[in-house]
Amino acid sequence: MSALLETRGVWQRFGGLVANSDVSISVGRGEIVGLIGPNGAGKSTLFNLIAGVLPPTQGSILFDGEDVTKLPAAERCRRGIGRTFQVVKSFETMTVIDNVIVGALVRNTVMREARRKAHEVLEFTGLAARADVLASDLVPAEKRRLEVARALATEPKLLLLDEVLTGLTPTEAQTGVALVRKVRDAGITVLMVEHVMEIVMPLVDRAIVLDLGKVLVEGKPADVVRDPKVIKAYLGDRHAVGA
Amino acid sequence: MDKDFAARRRRDLIIAAALATIAALTPLFVKDVVVQNILILTLMYAGLSQSWNILSGYCGQISLGHALYFGLGAYTTELLFTKFGVLPWFGMLAGGVVSALIAMGLGYPFFRLRGHYFVIATIVIAEIGLLLFHNWEWAGAAMGITIPIRGDSWLKFQFLRTKLPYFYFALALCCLAWFVTWWLENSKWGFWWRAVKDNPEAAESLGVDVFNSKMGAAAVSAFLVAVGGSFYAQFVSYIDPESVMGFQFSLLMALPAVLGGIGTLWGPVLGAAILIPLTELTRFKFGGSGRGVDLIVYGTLIVLISLALPRGLLSLFSRPKKTGAAR
Repeated sequence: MSALLETRGVWQRFGGLVANSDVSISVGRGEIVGLIGPNGAGKSTLFNLIAGVLPPTQGSILFDGEDVTKLPAAERCRRGIGRTFQVVKSFETMTVIDNVIVGALVRNTVMREARRKAHEVLEFTGLAARADVLASDLVPAEKRRLEVARALATEPKLLLLDEVLTGLTPTEAQTGVALVRKVRDAGITVLMVEHVMEIVMPLVDRAIVLDLGKVLVEGKPADVVRDPKVIKAYLGDRHAVGA
Repeated sequence: MDKDFAARRRRDLIIAAALATIAALTPLFVKDVVVQNILILTLMYAGLSQSWNILSGYCGQISLGHALYFGLGAYTTELLFTKFGVLPWFGMLAGGVVSALIAMGLGYPFFRLRGHYFVIATIVIAEIGLLLFHNWEWAGAAMGITIPIRGDSWLKFQFLRTKLPYFYFALALCCLAWFVTWWLENSKWGFWWRAVKDNPEAAESLGVDVFNSKMGAAAVSAFLVAVGGSFYAQFVSYIDPESVMGFQFSLLMALPAVLGGIGTLWGPVLGAAILIPLTELTRFKFGGSGRGVDLIVYGTLIVLISLALPRGLLSLFSRPKKTGAAR
């Protein structure tokens, strides 16, 4: 099975700071992959490289068998990469439905079709009752869900979720987890950055741990959490000895 | 929900048709030339502000240099007419096309600028345009161009004995700008523009071509403003750089939209209906000695509005949103 997404030896330097060094990961079709790691590990940078916000200093990114390294973000969206933002970026002066229509316009040129698609996505993400509310009037958990809805409306093959479950109450997080599963069941591959290990580990098929810009460990979630290198990265040497 | 939306769109269209009909009938009752003059200017500025609103309100690229396109429309029309005998109707179209092209040419470097830097660039560019026309001998330089009047003619779009044709043209321009906005509001472009205004980065991630969105908005906006400029030149039948490209035109296009509600369908019309009669009346009342009183009046208005109703007068009428949490 060919991978849907592959990064090959990706480097990203910001001046003297190396945010990603020689990162090679792959995400297979239909997988839910978790990208985890302590603060400053380079997760968000890698995300932005995959989404096309900035080009990597070195290395290449392959999506669906094609080299997309040099393509801008909008074009990658058209190719089938959808994303959410860690700090939510709703269109605040627009209603919820209008926010989602913007996404739906990627694959629907007729307004009526785009609107229908947007309603469908709102239904799917449980935001239908809030369709006519201004995005600025949503509560934080709803704003996160709107991010997901908007990205889903672009009908992506790969959905990049940047900390969509962070900062939510346990109930909200459970709803979020259910939504991610539903997204995968709809045939969409998911790559998610997450902080909260106990929520993300049961959800993902595979976890990739980044530390100091490099891939530290990768594998089944159960193995990853027991790996001494991971414990060391998160908690420091003292705890790793005990493991 | 979809029905609600369609109903709202239809309602806007019906209200607009009703208002346009009422406006079209006013000359039957209003015979006073001074008042007719004010009505013409009000309609013209409503149309101009509506056009400005496309780029600056919907797409969020605040321009304080639209006087450039107004002036270009006026000059293109009159230069073609006086030098080559091209009828103003064609000149009007030519002016629109020239302005749209120049707007896109300028957009190419300047749409990379954000926020205040973009605003400053628009002011500077318009000032440069003004200076160029001041020094361009062939275009009359500071002396300007006097349009030769040879009696009433629809062909040459000039009228001495009546102001009514101007009135109806201004009304048509206003309706056109409104209708274009109404139509674009529910199109891919309208959605792209609002997305670009609210958050360009998020827009990009959703497949929006941010740069071309701005270019499109600039072209439509400049085209319509230039048609307004052509009209104005015919209406006053004499143009010089200051009288068609001065900074005050940039302000008079922006202020009605800001007053009424920036980035809204009805804001510019509402704003112009209040602002333009007010400034014209104060100017008329205080005559030559009171130059600047009109500026004081609308300066005060804008300060009051931005303090009390930053989203414009229209926000008074917008229905309260259901903001109660759904969960």
